[in-house]
Amino acid sequence: MPTTKKKAAVKSNTIKLKFDTSWSYAPAPESKSAATINKQYDLFINGEWQKPSSGKYFDTINPATEEKLSEVAEANTADVDKAVQAARNAYEKVWKRMPAKERAKYVFRIARIIQERARELAIIESLDGGKPIRESRDFDVPTAANHFFYYAGWGDKLEYAFPNRRAQPLGVAGQIIPWNFPLLMAAWKIAPAIATGNTVVLKPAETTSLTALKLAEIIEESELPKGVVNIVTGAGETGAAIVNHPDINKIAFTGSTEVGKIIQRAIAGTDKKITLELGGKAANIIFEDAPIDQAVEGVINGIYFNQGHVCCAGSRLYVQESVAKEVIRKLKDRIESLIVGDPMDKNTDIGAINSRAQLATIHKYLEIGRKEGAEMYESSCPLPGKGFWCRPTLFTNVAQSNRIAQEEIFGPVLAILTFRTDDEVIEKANNSPYGLSAGVWTDKGSKIFNMTKRMRAGVVWANTFNKFDPSSPFGGYKESGFGREGGLHGLNAYLNLV
Amino acid sequence: MDKSIKKSSLTISENGLEKKTTGKRLEVLKTYKIYIGGQFPRTESGRYYVPINAVGKKLANVCLSSRKDFRDAVVSARGAFGGWSGRAAFNRGQVLYRMAEMLEGRKAQFIEELTQQDASKAKAEKEVNLAIDRLIYYAGWCDKYQQIFSAVNPVASSHFNFSVPEPTGVVSIVAPQNDSLLGLVSVIAPVITGGCTCVVLASETKPLCSVTFSEVLNSSDLPGGVVNILTGKPSELASWFVDHMDVNATIYCEKDSSVKKMMREKSALNLKRIIFYDKVNWYTEEGQSPYFIMDTQEIKTTWHPVENIAGAGGGY
Repeated sequence: MPTTKKKAAVKSNTIKLKFDTSWSYAPAPESKSAATINKQYDLFINGEWQKPSSGKYFDTINPATEEKLSEVAEANTADVDKAVQAARNAYEKVWKRMPAKERAKYVFRIARIIQERARELAIIESLDGGKPIRESRDFDVPTAANHFFYYAGWGDKLEYAFPNRRAQPLGVAGQIIPWNFPLLMAAWKIAPAIATGNTVVLKPAETTSLTALKLAEIIEESELPKGVVNIVTGAGETGAAIVNHPDINKIAFTGSTEVGKIIQRAIAGTDKKITLELGGKAANIIFEDAPIDQAVEGVINGIYFNQGHVCCAGSRLYVQESVAKEVIRKLKDRIESLIVGDPMDKNTDIGAINSRAQLATIHKYLEIGRKEGAEMYESSCPLPGKGFWCRPTLFTNVAQSNRIAQEEIFGPVLAILTFRTDDEVIEKANNSPYGLSAGVWTDKGSKIFNMTKRMRAGVVWANTFNKFDPSSPFGGYKESGFGREGGLHGLNAYLNLV
Repeated sequence: MDKSIKKSSLTISENGLEKKTTGKRLEVLKTYKIYIGGQFPRTESGRYYVPINAVGKKLANVCLSSRKDFRDAVVSARGAFGGWSGRAAFNRGQVLYRMAEMLEGRKAQFIEELTQQDASKAKAEKEVNLAIDRLIYYAGWCDKYQQIFSAVNPVASSHFNFSVPEPTGVVSIVAPQNDSLLGLVSVIAPVITGGCTCVVLASETKPLCSVTFSEVLNSSDLPGGVVNILTGKPSELASWFVDHMDVNATIYCEKDSSVKKMMREKSALNLKRIIFYDKVNWYTEEGQSPYFIMDTQEIKTTWHPVENIAGAGGGY
């Protein structure tokens, strides 16, 4: 029993890793030359690049250097209206009349072109959003392509998906996506919508518009009929124009719970259908019988993947008391070894925080955590002089009621709590208004099924974390939203069943 | 059978001796109460209202339930949720079947109450029969809808991944106002089939058989708190039904667009699932389907790694 041993004895269990020796990684930067970014981007409406009616453009910057990458059109109500009209027109005259198998082939085409232009997309994703190139290259872009590929195939097979029902498209879908997985979220929204015969107006997040605009180029290249996909850039007001547009049949939103609730109120009294994929505060639970080293790796991936800008991030760690010391020590060692810095470097583990505003939010929570009496520990790594950065951080001695254990931080900040019994940890894990995801680490099969069944969350990872697949439904319980994206269940969001 | 209920004089047996009663026997009237946590309390508010049928006859002094009654009912429903959702699906089917048996056995009483509430005898009988059959229909679904709506997902990585429906939790229901028995049964049955628990507001103008239905529930091995039935006014209670932070979903069955708007707005408070059944004809086939069950279900997806032993390769 590790708890009965002296502190020194616990420490000597493993050799402490040393990273301050002469060993270090040589820089391995990805070249920017494989991608082209225009000086200025217009709105993609009705298959054409159209100037914003206000004439306004806003800058999009590289959060790792604070340098301007490009400027992007700001769509106002008139532009959104134009986009919705184009989508309506395309829906009525072309898209819903086209045989499903023909529609599917366009979607397959888009998937293929994303694969062909994968490197370019990965580079732009990392430049514009700050995420490590390893993640955009190995996760975001391929998963986005796969998502189109997966849903393309569903288009002409819907009669097999819903027994005893006929599936009909809804019409025009208004889609609003966040900045944490810009291209992937666009794929999650567009692919199922158009494969099932809807047309879309999509708004990317204002800090990460570039890959969605690159996707517009790909859509052009695919010769998708004009108006089936329209991409309008802008901030909250553009989003509000989409939500409030009377000729939109469906709103699909991924973002904060706060905004999700505003949207739910805004569509009251209309016949708009809605799916919301919102915030989370996932509990990740380690039992004493878990393979500890694997669990520690899983926890690291669970919270520090994509700088913690992940709605399903495992931001609340519950460790069984008997192994808490060991787990915390290993976590501290491990975050010390994470490489924080240039997103374009292939060795980088943690890139730049997406924006100055988000960095301020994270710092606010670090301050709250300290004030609430939790103990903060952060990696000692150096941070670049320019750009937005946050060291991987963890808090110990966290109470269930602490704000850092209740509220979504959306950054590389882990709150660690302990527990003794199964019932206690279930109670604590479910004590959250959120219910997006959860994790459990144990070697005992029956315990896995007990825990995964009792945790009130839409995605539960057992002995793994932060895994995604086009065929796997994703979405939350409770205030994490409703509706599913991905898999057979993700089709539901874009269909009327009659 | 129903004739004997109304008989005002009858033969009784006392100490083995039979004798005729003389004169009229005074009928014992039923007090119509609400149903919370398996008990039949009166409303805590002490208030009542008197629904009147088309020929001007008073139906009863009916409990005018309050917001506090609703909150008590939600506490009961939440308390019952773990046990009910944790029951074996097969067992839930047994309980629903038992409900149908109990309803069948009290058919005459329901026909009697429906006719008091302005239905013709033939229509009342049809409504009761359909209500019984609807319970049988959902009894059968209890251990089957999961198989229809689950999936094993062929993920590209080395993981076993499956998605199953799970009950969303506590559901508040404003029951159909016209089809006071069939509508009530049609909205309750799919919710409890799926393992949810509920608080139901009965038809305001036709509350009699809703209360009597709670007596059916009470004698059907349905755990107390799984279904709670209140009587009262939707105009007073509907907003609380969708306001409560410990309610996961709300079902509304009327066409009133201002109520629908209010419900969508208030549901944002804790992102309740809002379900409108304002276009459903409960007398037809469209009034029953496993998709009603799915309206108060969540899809949970579970991942687990699959070991890859290098030496074994892909074959067997």
